[in-house]
Amino acid sequence: MPVTLDYYLLLSAVLFTIGVVGVLTRRNAIVVFMCIELMLNSVNLTLVAFSAYLGDITGQVLVFFVMAVAAAEAAVGLAIVISLFRNKQTVNIDKINILKW
Amino acid sequence: MELFDIVFYVFALITLGSACVVVFSKNIVHAAFSLLFTFFGVAGIYVLLRADFLAVTQILIYVGGILVLMLFGVMLTNKVINVKIKTGTMQAWPAGIAVSILAGLLAGVFYSNWKDAQLPASTVDATTHLLGEMLMTSYLLPFEIASVVLLVALIGAALIARRNR
Amino acid sequence: MLTEFGRVFIFLILGVVFVAGGLVFSWLIRPNRPYPSKLTTYECGEEPIGDTRVRFNIRFYVVALIFLIFDVEVVFLFPWATVFKGLGWFAFFEMMVFLVILFVGYAYVWRKGDLDWDRPTPKVPKYERGIGVREDHLMEEEVAL
Repeated sequence: MPVTLDYYLLLSAVLFTIGVVGVLTRRNAIVVFMCIELMLNSVNLTLVAFSAYLGDITGQVLVFFVMAVAAAEAAVGLAIVISLFRNKQTVNIDKINILKW
Repeated sequence: MELFDIVFYVFALITLGSACVVVFSKNIVHAAFSLLFTFFGVAGIYVLLRADFLAVTQILIYVGGILVLMLFGVMLTNKVINVKIKTGTMQAWPAGIAVSILAGLLAGVFYSNWKDAQLPASTVDATTHLLGEMLMTSYLLPFEIASVVLLVALIGAALIARRNR
Repeated sequence: MLTEFGRVFIFLILGVVFVAGGLVFSWLIRPNRPYPSKLTTYECGEEPIGDTRVRFNIRFYVVALIFLIFDVEVVFLFPWATVFKGLGWFAFFEMMVFLVILFVGYAYVWRKGDLDWDRPTPKVPKYERGIGVREDHLMEEEVAL
């Protein structure tokens, strides 16, 4: 069985689903972050797969920007998590309900 | 089975297996380190898809930057006394049902339309200069905006994380 | 068909085989006679205190954050460097704009002192008149976070 486009797409779909499972079920804010990175990676994988399929480099440019934004997102997000930990002494997302009322 | 296919299966197995460890491991340090293997696996798949520059970028940004930052986050947010870095799960059943529906939909959408679509043979050898041309011509504005995004992220995150305000 | 990355892949396999082979071979031929003092962290007799996973100082995070942002900047430089010759001054000025914008952030973290690594200041022991009273803590303790 030669590896065709749908193999890459299936791999990406499964990776995305694993990420969604993590975001929905885990309590630790940093693990939730890691799962978001998994989802970003799976979307990047789809873009690169279609870029190779269509012979168009545009998808790779988009992935490049996604990576830059992911770096910015990780920096700010983890800073917020650390700031929350400093004030509330926990990273459990059940306990962080300060914006909820 | 060709060598190319075997390599694909190996990288796919590494990616998915370590992603499962990230999600289901109770130890957050194990999760962080297995995320490393996920990133490496995805980089390998990029190489198979002839995106050589992106594979290297994946290693540089994700493994060299984001993962290090996450490990610092782990180290910074555990209690000094009574070290407890195990993390629990919640609402596993509703989440499982929702996710299985999502997985079916995603797989169905992908599988029906592009089944047995062969990837065309390699046309270009290196993508770095093609990316550079795109960045300097068609995607010039996003390129400059990316620097603004990075600037805002740097200032904002440094401001939030700093101890003495 | 051995592409450039094919060679990298061969190196990858060779590296894994080399390390795994060494570990397995040494595991097969070494004697295994553990006793309690051999299993301590420092076999010389030093008792480890506390846990390995202590909380880090927040400044490590800020430095890692600055590194990450400039890591991304460097990655943006690579594709530019390959086309710079063909596009000439236009590409040069575009990259200068990019770099100047990020330099503002660099100047900011420098100005705010995130790059300074202030050491814990040693406290000089104060002596009462006549009788030497030493303070217990010579070094000001650093509070994490």
